[in-house]
Amino acid sequence: MTSETGRPLSARLADAGVDRRSFLKFCAGITATLALPAQLAPKVAYALDKVDRPTVIWLEFQDCAGDSEAFLRSRNPSAADLILGMISLDYHETVMAASGTAAEKARDDAVAKGGHLVVVEGSIPTGIPGACTVGGKSAEEILRAAVRGAAGIINVGTCSAFGGIPAAGPNPTGAVRVEDVVGGVPVVNLTGCPVNADNLTATIVHQLTFGEFPARDRFGRPLFAYGERIHDTCQRRGHFDAGEFAEQWGDAGHRKGWCLYRLGCKGPSTFHNCPSVRFNGGTSWPVAAGHGCVGCSEPGFWDTMSPFYDRLPHVATSGFDLTADKIGVGVLAATATGFAAHGVGKVVQHRVAAHHEKQAARDRAADAADTAATADTAATADTAATADTAATADHEAPIGKAHTDAETGEAE
Amino acid sequence: MSRLVIDPVSRIEGHLRVEVQVDGGQVTEAYASSTMWRGIETILTGRDPRDAWLFAQRICGVCTSVHALASVRAVEDAVGAVPPLNARLLRDLIATSLCVHDHVVHFYHLQALDWVDPTAALAADPARAAALAQSISDYPRSTAGLFASVQTRLKVFLESGKIGPFTNGYWGHPAYRLSPELNLIAFSHYLDALDFQREYIRVHALLGGKNPHPQTYVVGGMASPIDLNSQDAINANTLQEVAQILQRGLDFVEQVFLPDLQAIGAAYPEWTTYGRGLGSYMVFGDYSLSPPGIARPPRDGLFPGGIIRNGNLAAKPEPFDPSGIAESVAHSWFRYDDPGAALPPWKGETTPQYTGPEPPFEQLDVAGKYTWLKAPRYQGAAMEVGPVARMLVGYTSGDARIRPLVQGALDALRLPPEALMSTLGRVLARGLETRLMAQYSLELVNRLRDNVAGGDLAVADTGRWRPTSWPEGTLLGVGFHEAPRGSLSHWVVIEGGRIRNYQAVVPTTWNASPRDAAGNPGAYEAALVGTPVADPQRPLEILRTLHSFDPCMACAAHLYDAEGRDIIEVRVQ
Ligand code: SF4
Ligand code: SF4
Repeated sequence: MTSETGRPLSARLADAGVDRRSFLKFCAGITATLALPAQLAPKVAYALDKVDRPTVIWLEFQDCAGDSEAFLRSRNPSAADLILGMISLDYHETVMAASGTAAEKARDDAVAKGGHLVVVEGSIPTGIPGACTVGGKSAEEILRAAVRGAAGIINVGTCSAFGGIPAAGPNPTGAVRVEDVVGGVPVVNLTGCPVNADNLTATIVHQLTFGEFPARDRFGRPLFAYGERIHDTCQRRGHFDAGEFAEQWGDAGHRKGWCLYRLGCKGPSTFHNCPSVRFNGGTSWPVAAGHGCVGCSEPGFWDTMSPFYDRLPHVATSGFDLTADKIGVGVLAATATGFAAHGVGKVVQHRVAAHHEKQAARDRAADAADTAATADTAATADTAATADTAATADHEAPIGKAHTDAETGEAE
Repeated sequence: MSRLVIDPVSRIEGHLRVEVQVDGGQVTEAYASSTMWRGIETILTGRDPRDAWLFAQRICGVCTSVHALASVRAVEDAVGAVPPLNARLLRDLIATSLCVHDHVVHFYHLQALDWVDPTAALAADPARAAALAQSISDYPRSTAGLFASVQTRLKVFLESGKIGPFTNGYWGHPAYRLSPELNLIAFSHYLDALDFQREYIRVHALLGGKNPHPQTYVVGGMASPIDLNSQDAINANTLQEVAQILQRGLDFVEQVFLPDLQAIGAAYPEWTTYGRGLGSYMVFGDYSLSPPGIARPPRDGLFPGGIIRNGNLAAKPEPFDPSGIAESVAHSWFRYDDPGAALPPWKGETTPQYTGPEPPFEQLDVAGKYTWLKAPRYQGAAMEVGPVARMLVGYTSGDARIRPLVQGALDALRLPPEALMSTLGRVLARGLETRLMAQYSLELVNRLRDNVAGGDLAVADTGRWRPTSWPEGTLLGVGFHEAPRGSLSHWVVIEGGRIRNYQAVVPTTWNASPRDAAGNPGAYEAALVGTPVADPQRPLEILRTLHSFDPCMACAAHLYDAEGRDIIEVRVQ
């Protein structure tokens, strides 16, 4: 496939002052973000050079535009390069020139051509269809029409992927996630509140390069971004293991970078690559800045992770994190199963193997510790659901609940 | 007479619909409708008040920290926590940098295409564009080579046939009037501003972990430790980097934003007469560093508070009185026990009652209920809020910083102060405020460095962190903030350590308000009357006036449920 006007992406980027070397560097960076072997970087570059700019339709429903804003902050490539060079963003209410019927026509024409990507931000109010209309049409109607003939759906943010804040209790509008309304096309869930722009770019590049979305976990989240727990890659982890905790905002431990677990950090039960990719061009991430993780990439986090300043239950803090690992392991095991069910492209198979290997090692370590810590009932739990029961029994935040809920949802 | 519907109104935050009557090439009547609602205040009911800011921040992902700030201020006001000076400085730093960021993005990415036609830039002479740009500013990127390469890029893009967000724009509309060179300059700065905003907002990541939605506020202060010598806190390097970014921001505002505003504004002089609207303005006041500096409107802030009524710029503004605020739902999709009542926020009751047409629909019943927004009123009167309100209140109260800033701009454009009460006036006021905020942010970072160097490392009042330390009984709190789009207030009622009622009265609710029980229109509705419409199929002029307010509909539509009643029960479909 040749690109429109016959000019490869690298040439189009050159118009924008992005030289060949920077282009290759970008491809290498994305390859790393995607956790692909470095040898694949030239393939990424080759594929990107050949591909036609795909049509992208960005829909906003019950949202706050936080994901749109995150997208505008993209770098490597920048939003300008993305919009002018890599994709054809034919419909996006927050940035498009046209309004009213002219805007709706742009959307309908793009859909009619087919093969487009649909990016969705925000949830769908099925309880009160009048709680989100555009051009007099309900969110559900617009969504159904837009995915017809689409190559895939990219849910950005926790709202479209899991219902997000509108679906938090008591869910006043009957808000649901996108997958509860439409199906039949590949879906990838880039959760987070808001989405991390680097993960969005990497996902689009993967789709352009390999013609499919990256391998995903059972919640539809790409493994490259959601395959590891915050807690396992956290810069404060050494302090957790050493039993060094900040106790209050601004105390000496807090100033020395000690672990935020006692101030409510949800890193031990959250899967996201914030510690390595960070935000705003790699500048920082919440735990680095001093506030605990709130678990924004997990299903139902507004209810299951709150109160946000209560500490996670059953995370042993005497120098080893036995139960924290246990909670995570349940999720990871389920993740791997869902992953297998999705089918795995050859290029990332090694990645799965590495996951299984790592997880098995963790299992063994945890099991060994299990036997030692016989007093703690939760320690024998080896699924998220069991951890949940244990947590509830203790009248603490039900950490595993999110996963259980989503499981039920998927089974329906 | 014909009814014109614009939905979606693009290049704003969220979902806005307007229905207007056009008669003799002019708008004679207008109705603004917010068509999305999530119920965040109901969701907050019953939760831990210390979590409120995290939820409230998700009211908006554009003005991404203002609700966090108003929310912690409200809870602090209720429980009696007093954030230390470092926390107040950090909060104001995040808020001022947000304001600069937000205003720049608004001008270039949300508003500029109403005045700038990129397709016309293809006819420009890059050398003449460079000469013109150099004559109005020292911006180092104003070279013929750069403009030529931007023009090439634009040409390739437009000729590709895949023009993405520019598809179906009203290009070639007779209301576009810039020279090809100015169009090229503006489009080039559209791209530069995309890069600028991405780099500039790193301030939020440096101070608060990320943007959008910084994760750093806590009731009583901030969660970011500060210590000039620690590697794991905001330290001397962080502040140095912040100061550099803020300085580059000020340079961009002075070398690019303000000159562009002036050049574009000069080409559209009649837009200083269209779009006046209510002529009544409200400012709470904000950016005071004197303790407690949190909830009650400050008397000594960077922005003085005050009320201007009926376009009277001769008198000093009246002082603002918080007890003057009440909301009506006569034309809103909510139900009050007493339908004719106007309720003050702490007593706010909200039960959603969607009585609009079942989608898909063609028209709203504007005689009945037609929007998800309530109608907030100040002592019964509709008010406009935002940068123009702040500049006018500062100007008429003789403020030592604001008055000369505004006077200088008016003199340069040979305009009277009344010209600010217009579509273009709002745009101009926003630019002036951006400069004020960009300058003030640098003062704040210096002040913060000095305070920490003096040995004060406190970032939070931890004595009021545990709910057991809070006063007994029913606690009422309010947090005021002058957000980029205008006067924002969050109101909270706490009982037994839990939120019993939560309510946000936000800038766009003031400006995009529907009619109240007495039939008085809100600011958008009033401002659109008299707007010319050359081609009803391409209502460019209406967008100019709407965009001049910088609508933020996600912020505006929300709901509160005072008594915890089961709103699912009473939902009407
Ligand atoms: S996921 Fe977060 S940022 Fe995205 S729309 Fe929802 S609340 Fe906003
Ligand atoms: S509990 Fe949080 S701060 Fe502590 S090591 Fe784990 S992720 Fe990091």
